[in-house]
Amino acid sequence: MIPARFDYEVAESVDHAIELLGSREDAKLLAGGHSLLPLMKLRFARPATLVDIGRLADLSYVRDAGDRLAIGALTRHHDLHSNELVRTHCELLSFTAGLVGDPQVRHRGTIGGSVAHGDPASDLPTVLLALDAELQVAGPGGERTVPAAEFFRGFFETALEPTEVLTEIRVPKLAGAGWSYVKFHRRAQDWATVGVAAVQNGGTRVALTNMSSTPLRAAAVEEALAAGNDAAAAAEQAAEGTNPPSDTNGSADYRRHLARVLVRRALEEAAGGR
Amino acid sequence: MAVTEEKTETYIGAPVARKEDAKLVTGQARWVDNLTLPGMLWASIVRSPHAHARIGSIDTGAAKAIEGVVAVLTGGELAGDWAGPLPMVWPVTEDTKNPPHWPLATDKARFAGDGVAVVVAESRAVAKDAAELVEVDYEPLPSVTDVARALDDGAPLVHEELESNHCYTWPLEGPEEGATERAFADAAVTVKERYRQQRLIPSAIEPRGVLVQPSPAEGEFTMWSSTQIPHIARVTLSGTTGIPEAKLRVIAPDVGGGFGSKLNVYAEEALCLALARRLGRPVKWIEERSENHVATTHGRDQIQEIELAATAEGKITAVRVHITTGMGAYLQIITPGTPLLGAWVYAGAYDVDAYQIEFVGAFTNTTPTDAYRGAGRPEATYAIERAVDALARKLDMDPVELRRRNFIREFPKTIASGLTVDSGDFDASLDRALELLDYEEARREQAERRERGDATQLGIGFSTYLEMCGLAPSRILGAIRYAAGGWDAATIRCLPTGTVQLLIGTSPHGQGHATTFSQIVGDRLGIPFDDIEVLHGDTAVVPLGMDTYGSRSLAVGGVAVWNAAEKVIGKARRVVAHGLEVAEEDLEYEGGRFTVRGTDRSMTVKEAALAAWTAHDLPDGMEPGLEGSYVYDPPNFSWPAGCHIAVVEVDTETGAVDLRRYVAVDDLGTVINPTIVDGQIHGGITQGVAQALFEEAVYDDAGNLVTGSMVNYLVPSAAELPAFELDRTESPSPTNPLGVKGVGETGTIAAPAAVMNAVADALSPFGITDIEMPASPERVRRAIEEAGR
Amino acid sequence: MRQIRMTVNGARHEAEVEPRQLLVYFLREGLGLTGTTVGCDTSSCGTCTVLVDGESVKSCTVLAVQADGWDVTTIEGLAQNGVLHPVQEAFHLNHGLQCGYCTPGMVMAAVSLLAENPSPSEAEIRHALEGNLCRCTGYQNIVRAVQAAAAS
Repeated sequence: MIPARFDYEVAESVDHAIELLGSREDAKLLAGGHSLLPLMKLRFARPATLVDIGRLADLSYVRDAGDRLAIGALTRHHDLHSNELVRTHCELLSFTAGLVGDPQVRHRGTIGGSVAHGDPASDLPTVLLALDAELQVAGPGGERTVPAAEFFRGFFETALEPTEVLTEIRVPKLAGAGWSYVKFHRRAQDWATVGVAAVQNGGTRVALTNMSSTPLRAAAVEEALAAGNDAAAAAEQAAEGTNPPSDTNGSADYRRHLARVLVRRALEEAAGGR
Repeated sequence: MAVTEEKTETYIGAPVARKEDAKLVTGQARWVDNLTLPGMLWASIVRSPHAHARIGSIDTGAAKAIEGVVAVLTGGELAGDWAGPLPMVWPVTEDTKNPPHWPLATDKARFAGDGVAVVVAESRAVAKDAAELVEVDYEPLPSVTDVARALDDGAPLVHEELESNHCYTWPLEGPEEGATERAFADAAVTVKERYRQQRLIPSAIEPRGVLVQPSPAEGEFTMWSSTQIPHIARVTLSGTTGIPEAKLRVIAPDVGGGFGSKLNVYAEEALCLALARRLGRPVKWIEERSENHVATTHGRDQIQEIELAATAEGKITAVRVHITTGMGAYLQIITPGTPLLGAWVYAGAYDVDAYQIEFVGAFTNTTPTDAYRGAGRPEATYAIERAVDALARKLDMDPVELRRRNFIREFPKTIASGLTVDSGDFDASLDRALELLDYEEARREQAERRERGDATQLGIGFSTYLEMCGLAPSRILGAIRYAAGGWDAATIRCLPTGTVQLLIGTSPHGQGHATTFSQIVGDRLGIPFDDIEVLHGDTAVVPLGMDTYGSRSLAVGGVAVWNAAEKVIGKARRVVAHGLEVAEEDLEYEGGRFTVRGTDRSMTVKEAALAAWTAHDLPDGMEPGLEGSYVYDPPNFSWPAGCHIAVVEVDTETGAVDLRRYVAVDDLGTVINPTIVDGQIHGGITQGVAQALFEEAVYDDAGNLVTGSMVNYLVPSAAELPAFELDRTESPSPTNPLGVKGVGETGTIAAPAAVMNAVADALSPFGITDIEMPASPERVRRAIEEAGR
Repeated sequence: MRQIRMTVNGARHEAEVEPRQLLVYFLREGLGLTGTTVGCDTSSCGTCTVLVDGESVKSCTVLAVQADGWDVTTIEGLAQNGVLHPVQEAFHLNHGLQCGYCTPGMVMAAVSLLAENPSPSEAEIRHALEGNLCRCTGYQNIVRAVQAAAAS
């Protein structure tokens, strides 16, 4: 319940954060803290330095950027859930933000923190994959854009270098597209045992939560749909290419089964329109 | 203090809002962790990460080197501080094995979480930092955590010196030897079922905590502990620490729930006492939640085999049961006896001729089990209620009809296990529950869904439970080898200003004793509710008491309160008769006022209290002051009963079970405060539902507790539950003047069977008859898949 | 150690804290506001819920240094001039508490909900309390209390 000792620095700007990350051994960024602090309280994580970017108010925003929405990395789940622009143009994201954790978590947790944490059981990364989101990253050498498809590299591992800061997430406006996020869990506050995001916008994109060491596109499902299969037939492919964990919420086998059921339901819901 | 002039309401039976709430809703409660004393030190326990390991050398150097560390002590270094091991007060048989349980392990760690050393430091954080640096040289040994394998040949031995993991075998047969054998031989139909009662973590929302203040010059110690049992703790910790009982004061301040998990005497209490004695400074220990999961007792952990013998018409003639029950690594205060609290009620509400049961206790490399809400009776109710459904299936009979054919209908009734059920009307609660549910409509919807082949199927499950509680008649406790009595004590003291003090030996932790007991005292003595001060949970203030567990506080403590009030009334009558110069027989008493029969001359208890206090004019030889004490030893157990019905929806594709409705009609005898009683039922049902659908302590193959935190031990939230539909029938208990029965455990006792019968009912089209608890989505889905093969 | 400033229940505080000190311990041990309780170590139970700018936050999942400059309300700050907040009153009148250990967090979560949604449905109340665990009440009277507070 008490973290191990660490040094604490407040970043005054993104550049300052990058500089602090570069000049300290084993430094970690602290945004809302709702991914990192729980691990530190149990001493599963014990960074030497925390660089607090929580005060960078200019990283909390939702902007209309033409055919996209630009979302500051420090936008809280609660804001994402209640923001009118997001609700109008990308309801999948606003809906899913309302499923993260519990109200208290949503009042503090941020989209950037959740994405940068790289937890395969998190909901928002899956949704960003299904949306083909772009992630804006700032580092010592300047800025770069990473497609969501290339961002999640492994178990709690992302494309972020130790000295980089995720600054913005850009998602396409969905207009009339069909969408669904189906989260299966035992209790409302729990992480997804399995989650499925589906976006039907011309083609159909499907992504999975907690079915591998990273959030995953259900490529076989998408291909089956593209080849003209119906939702039920395509959903049979949902476990292809997955490598789900086994834990007290379900064995890998059960998760594969769940993925097939939930993908079908997500596809049906997305097709039904909202 | 402003004294309210007149009492105008009747309290007993009224939904009086609680007097406990004001401090609790404003953040002014006194939890142990809120208490700070000058010079206070913090203790942190170093716990074994291994389920079973020989303890080699322990290097405390690095821990001691941290600034702010006052002491680091190993089990070996503290061995001389103990006058005896931690208490176990219920050796259920003459030969129950009870290996010594020291506050810190010395030779071996016997479960993951077993304490091996303790750090004392100037702050909570430093104690924690230092505990991490204690280096223990463990030699890991093979472990056994599954009770079903504990008695296998070659199973790792938790205590080598016992040469097996067997703790005890406890048999019971009634009404006479051989009757059960004969009934099974003669039976037209029999069923045999096997159930698993998974291990549960009680999860009181306040973790445990201890603070000890020593007074070295006087050799006295005050211990604040988050406990249900300050009185029992005082007696037994005196034995463990050698502190004379008279020098030890135990205070249970505000306690944040217990559910049996704080009905114990723990290593940390003994440690804080010993450390405070060594160091001459106050020592505090506060449990963290993940620590609670390994260091506070667990519940259940049984393998149950139950057989029913019946006639072709469905009359159950005999019940035969075999239970293997996990003790954990050591025996805590009533570890061996806990399962036996169900031993007499495995025939449930049914009138059977013959009854045979055997319990076998076994040690495993796990956290000790002990009382958890219901303690033995949820297990018993589960076994019989599920087996009755199995019999109904075999006879192709509606489970309601089968229950009706077997209900006990004459009271008092001596049941085959030998105890006597005082009162009840099982048809009445069943009828009312069916009506609330609209049984026909529920079956119609179920049939429709089945016909349509819906993915989501409906199940209806019954639990017409009979419980024994209100622990307990001392003579019976003695007969079953429990070390103490089952009485409780109350003192009512009328103060000169008209207020009343009630000293009560029960020790609440959420049950609302102050409110309920004030209702009883208020009505009997005619004193306004707010003028009654209820004192409890402090051995210096209330020296006599047996504390709170087993749904006893009203059924035993409340009756003591009633009887103490009678004594006050008796003495007041003498004072009043003397004052009014009439004979005692000429006084009529009602609601706090004595009236001379046929006149308007009267005097109140309050006035008598003042007269007794001034003592200016009392009958010759009468002691001044108006107070009455009563120690009540119940002549019988308390026998609540009722009918609970669960309606579940099962998503047959995912296996998810959703509790859609829950109807509970309980017979609790006379109800003092219906709001508090409903609250007890709500909470009890929730814990029972949690056992059925959510909670399970899981150990991995290496003996680690996998469900080590609230992230993966699934205590349900409001979002997972429906509103329960409650009603009551009322068969007052004839064994006490209030007519009350216990209520604290009924929901937890009734609910698992109702929910799991509903789950099985929903899945019956697949030919599925049982799912192991908790009915997780995966278990349900796997059963469906296996049924389809 | 770091210097922080915080407004808690309307009063301004300055203190030196270790960076690792959690907000809940700062409130309890630094300021003596022991109404906020600790029930778990995994941000699961919600007993430690306080309001930050009127919104519910688990004070066990915030460092005191992060809260530098914040406006925090704890259970002690709800009643005004000895008059209970309507949510506190409703918990009392509807028996929305038994042992009371989860109550401060539960009340704060309910206050936050009603600020965001003044007339929630039963389902909305149940979901709004999904981050708060109670072991005593089965939640039924807590839900009823929140409904009553919303109606008051």
